[in-house]
Amino acid sequence: MLHIFCPYCGELRSEEEFHAKGQAHIARPLDPDACTDAEWGEYMFFRDNPRGIHHELWVHAAGCRKYFNVTRHTVTYEILETYKVGEKPSVTATGATDKQAVAEGVTA
Amino acid sequence: MSQVNRLAKGGRIDRSQALSFTFNGQDYQGYAGDSLAAALLANGVDIVGRSFKYSRPRGIVAAGAEEPNAVLQIGSTEAAQIPNVRATQQALYSGLVASSTNGWPSVNTDLMGILGKVGGGMMPPGFYYKTFMYPQNLWMTYEKYIRKAAGLGRSPTEVDPDIYDQLNQHCDVLIVGAGPAGLAAALAAGRSGARVILADEQEEFGGSLLDTRETLDGKPAADWVAQAIAELQKMPEVTLLPRATVNGYHDHNFLTIHQRLTDHLGEIAPMGQARQRMHRVRAKRVVLASGAHERPLVYANNDVPGNMLAGAVSTYVRRYGVAPGQELVLSTNNDYAYRVVLDWLDAGRKVVAVADARSNPRGSWVEEARARGVRILTGSAVVEARGSKRVTGARICAIDAKAHKVTSPGEVLDCDLIVSSGGYSPVVHLASHLGGRPEWREDILGFVPGPGNGIQQRIDAGAVNGVFALGDVLANGFEAGAKAAADTGYKAVSGSLPQAEVRQEEPMLTLFQVPHDKSTARAPKQFVDLQNDVTAAGIELATREGFESVEHVKRYTALGFGTDQGKLGNINGLAIAARSMGISIVQMGTTMFRPNYTPVTFGAVAGRHCGELFDAKRYTAMQAWHLKNGAEFEDVGQWKRPWYFPKNGEDLHAAVARECVAVRSSVGILDASTLGKIDIQGPDAREFLNRVYTNAWTKLDVGKARYGLMCKEDGMVFDDGVTACLADNHFVMTTTTGGAARVLEWLEIYHQTEWPELKVYFTSVTDHWATMTLSGPNSRKLLAKVTDIDLDKDAFPFMSWKEGLVGGVPARVFRISFTGELSYEVNVQADYALGVWEQIIEAGKEFDLTPYGTETMHVLRAEKGFIIVGQDTDASVTPDDLNMGWCVGRTKPFSWIGKRGMNRDDCLREDRKQLVGLKPVDPNQVLPEGAQLVFDPKQSIPMQMVGHVTSSYMSAAMGYSFAMAVVKGGLKRMGERVFAPLADGSLIEAEICSSVFYDPKGDRQNV
Repeated sequence: MLHIFCPYCGELRSEEEFHAKGQAHIARPLDPDACTDAEWGEYMFFRDNPRGIHHELWVHAAGCRKYFNVTRHTVTYEILETYKVGEKPSVTATGATDKQAVAEGVTA
Repeated sequence: MSQVNRLAKGGRIDRSQALSFTFNGQDYQGYAGDSLAAALLANGVDIVGRSFKYSRPRGIVAAGAEEPNAVLQIGSTEAAQIPNVRATQQALYSGLVASSTNGWPSVNTDLMGILGKVGGGMMPPGFYYKTFMYPQNLWMTYEKYIRKAAGLGRSPTEVDPDIYDQLNQHCDVLIVGAGPAGLAAALAAGRSGARVILADEQEEFGGSLLDTRETLDGKPAADWVAQAIAELQKMPEVTLLPRATVNGYHDHNFLTIHQRLTDHLGEIAPMGQARQRMHRVRAKRVVLASGAHERPLVYANNDVPGNMLAGAVSTYVRRYGVAPGQELVLSTNNDYAYRVVLDWLDAGRKVVAVADARSNPRGSWVEEARARGVRILTGSAVVEARGSKRVTGARICAIDAKAHKVTSPGEVLDCDLIVSSGGYSPVVHLASHLGGRPEWREDILGFVPGPGNGIQQRIDAGAVNGVFALGDVLANGFEAGAKAAADTGYKAVSGSLPQAEVRQEEPMLTLFQVPHDKSTARAPKQFVDLQNDVTAAGIELATREGFESVEHVKRYTALGFGTDQGKLGNINGLAIAARSMGISIVQMGTTMFRPNYTPVTFGAVAGRHCGELFDAKRYTAMQAWHLKNGAEFEDVGQWKRPWYFPKNGEDLHAAVARECVAVRSSVGILDASTLGKIDIQGPDAREFLNRVYTNAWTKLDVGKARYGLMCKEDGMVFDDGVTACLADNHFVMTTTTGGAARVLEWLEIYHQTEWPELKVYFTSVTDHWATMTLSGPNSRKLLAKVTDIDLDKDAFPFMSWKEGLVGGVPARVFRISFTGELSYEVNVQADYALGVWEQIIEAGKEFDLTPYGTETMHVLRAEKGFIIVGQDTDASVTPDDLNMGWCVGRTKPFSWIGKRGMNRDDCLREDRKQLVGLKPVDPNQVLPEGAQLVFDPKQSIPMQMVGHVTSSYMSAAMGYSFAMAVVKGGLKRMGERVFAPLADGSLIEAEICSSVFYDPKGDRQNV
C-alpha cells in the first residue's frame, strides 16, 4: 500500500485515503470547438503508459479533497515527489536526476 | 500407544501437563509446550499424509515453516475446520483434533498409492496439462477428482464462530524474526528509544537458540534469550509479537503480520477474544532477521518416512524431548549438521554412521563426534534410503560430487532414521516480495537478499545475510538494529553482547543431488519438492523438453508451488536444472517469491469487515418509521431505501399498483433524502454551472429551480438533477443517489485543475438535509395544514422554491415533480426530519396519505418518460439520443463539458440508438427489462439486435403495460413495430411510441 505525501496536508498518509485519477498535466483545450475530431480524441482518450517515471493526478479523497500531482515510478512504485496542481515536476523521465532511479527500478 | 519416542528428560515442555489429542481418529497424548508435530513424533506416528501425485506415504521432515508433508486439517466441529495447518507450527492443546488431508481409505493403507506405484511412470511433469486439457469442457469434471486426490484440505461449510482483528501500526523499526540476530537487533534499537516491533512466527522467541547446544557466556543460550526478552519487555516503545508471521512485504515499507492470538489455546478462541490479528505496519526501517532453512540432500527414496532434516532432529531432541527413532545415519556436506550426532548421542540413542561428502573434515564438532566413537565415512553420501513406510536402512557409497558419480558399490547399513543436510538457504522470501532479485553467494551456497534499492528500507542481519557463526550473528544483528535506529533519528547505544564459543568450522562441499549408480531417470525417485511431488528426474525431463527458463521449469513441474513456496526444494531444484543444462546457478537465476510467506486465514484478511460490518449501511432520518410501517428495502449504493410498503400481505405488484393509484388520485409521500445534495457558493457559482451542465443557468432567478443534465467530455450523459438558486452566489444542486460522490469529485477536479480562477466552493450536504416528497393532487391541501408558506399557485409556481416553517421547523420547499403530479419536496435539517414526517403523516390521514417507495417512484416517473441515469442511459447516450435536445444550451458562450464531444460525427448519426416508448401489443404483457429488440423476428439466428428495453412496468393509471427502450433511429420510427425474442422462445411484439405516456402536456404538475 503506497504511502503518499499530500502537499496540502503536509503529511504522509496511506493510499486508502486517496484516489488515482490518471495521467497528470492533460490540459483541456482552451477552445474545444476549434479542435479537430483527432485532436479532441487525443485529449479525451490517449494516455501514456510508460515503464518508469510517470506523472499522475491523485485526489486526497478521504482527506482534504484536494487534487495534486505525483511523480511515480511505474516499475518500483517509488513516489519521487508530489506537487500541487499548477506546479511543474522537478523529476522527469528526460531529466538527469532520475536516470539513477530508472536504472535502479529496472532491477525489480 | 504411549509416547514411545519421548525422552526421559530434557526439552522445553511441561511434563506435568499432559494433553490429549486425536489424529486420524486415534487418541494420543503429548505435553504442554509440544508442537503437534513433536507430539506425533513422540507417539511414533510415522505417516502423516500421502503425497500429492504418487500417493506415497510421507512423514514429518522438518520442525518449522518449511515442513512440506505434515500439512493437516484441524477442527473437531464443522465450523472450526482449518485447512493447511503445518503440524510443526501448531501448538498442541487439549482436545486438538487433526487429520490427514488425503489418503483413502486411510494413510496407512492407501489405494491411490498402488496406483502411484503403477502409474508413477505414466505421470511425468506436465501430466495434467497433457492429459486433461482436452476436451476442454471436461476440465471441470477432472478437476473435482484431482482436487480430491491432491490433499489440499477443505474449508468449513459452516460459519466461523471466531472474530478476527486488524490493527494499523506505525513503527521506526520492524524486526522480522526473534532468533539471535533479531533479539540483538531489538536490544540495540530498543535501547536507543526507537519504536520497535519484534515479530516471530514461533510459539516463543529465541529461534535457533531454543535448541542449540552452543552456549552464551558459558550458560545455555536459552538463558540469554530469557534475559533479553525480560529487558525488551521493560521498554515502553517495544512491542513483542510472538506467534506472528510477517507474511508480506508490500510497497513503501508496508508489512502485514499475521498473529495467532489464541490458536495455541484451542480451535475456537475463548469468549470475547479475537482468534487472530492482522497487523498492518508501516515501518520506517525493517531489520530482516528471518534466518535460514536447512536444505536436505536429494537422494533416492528420500521421501520415505524416517528421512528428516538433520537440524530438525536436533530441535525435536533438545526442544521437545523427542527422539524420532533409534538408529541414526547422517548424510552431510557441512560441519554444522554434526550437532545432530552429538545431540542424538546425548539422548542416549545410537548413531550408526555419518556419511560426509567431504574428503577430510576436521572441524570441532566433527572431531568431537569422532572422539565419541562415531563412524565417519568421508567422501561418501547416502545414495538411497531403504524401506517403504519407514526407513529400514541406508545405502552409503563413495561419491565424486564434482563429476556427479558414485565411485564405490557401498554398503547398506541398518537404521530407522536418515538425516541429511546440504547447507542452509537464507529465508529471502520477504526481500523478494517487491520484485528484488536474490543474489547467489558461492561461499555459502545460497541466495541472499538483493539490495533494497530504496524500494525496501531494509537491513538484513544474521543467517539471512549469510552470517552463520553464532557470535557473528549476534554482532551482525546488534549492528543492524543500531543502524536502523540511527537511520530513523535515534542515537545509537552501544552495549555488550554475550560471548559465544568459537568453533573451528570447515567449508562445505557443493552438493545438492547425490549421484546414484543409475541415471537420474532410472534411479528410484529422488524428491526435490516433497509437497508437490517434484523429482530430480522430472526437472531433468522439463529441461530436456525445452523449458529452460527457471520460471518455466517451475510452472511445468510445479516446483515451489502451493503453500510450500519452495522453502525446502527451490535451491536443489535450481541446481539440478542448472546442472542438467550445463550452466551455473547464477546463470539459471531463481524464481520469485510472492506474498504470503505462509498461508493466512481468510478470517484474518477480512478482519471485522464481515457480516453486518462487511460494508457501511446508510439510513435516512426516517428509517425507524419505515421499519415500523413494514417497508421492504432496496439497496441503492450503500443506502437502504424503502422499496414499497406492503399492506395486508400484498406482494410487490399489488403494493405498487395501490401506491401508484394513491399518488395519482390523492397524495403520496416518498423519502427522497438519499438524493445527492451539493451546496455551491461563490461569485462564480453560476458560471461554473454553465460549464458543467449542458443547459444554461445565466437567467435562473433567485427562488427558481431548474433541471440540468451533466455530460462527460465525450458528450455522454453522466448525471442529472434539479439545481435551485438560493441567492445570486449560492445554489444547491441535487444529484442521483448513486452519483453524489462521483459528481462532487467531478466538480472538484474541474475547479481545481482546469478553472482554479473561478471563485466557487462545493460542499456535500446530502446528510444534512432530509427530503420528503409530497406528490398528488391533494399535496397542496395537505402541505397547507403544516406550513406557513403561501402555497398559492401564482405565489409559489412550478419550478420554484420557498423558505418557511413546515411542522414548526425551518424548511426549504421545492415545487418540482418527478411523478408528473403536483408535488412539493420538503427539505428540513435531518435531525428534525422524523418529527416533521410524523406530523405530515398525521395531517395526511384525511387525504388517505400513502407512503410509497422507490418502485412506485420508478413507475410514475416512467409514465412521464423521465429518465433514470444509469437505467435508461449507459455511458453511450447523448442528450439528443434521449430526445432531450431542449436541455442543451448550444449557444452558451463557454464550450461546456460535453459540447465538443457530442458534436463528433458519430454522435450526430441519425441511426443512433434513441430513447423511445414501447407499448406491447398485448397490454397485459410486461417486457422484461434488458430484453434485446429486433425489427424482423423471422430472421435467422444470430439476429440483428437494434436496441434493448431500459425500463418496463404495468401502469395502474393507464391500465396497460408500457416500456422505455433505446432503439436504432427510434425517434423516426414512431408507430413501427419491434420484437423482443425472449430466452424461452417466446416473442413480445410492441409498438414504438413517444416515451411520455401520461399527461404529455404536463397539466397535472402545473396546477
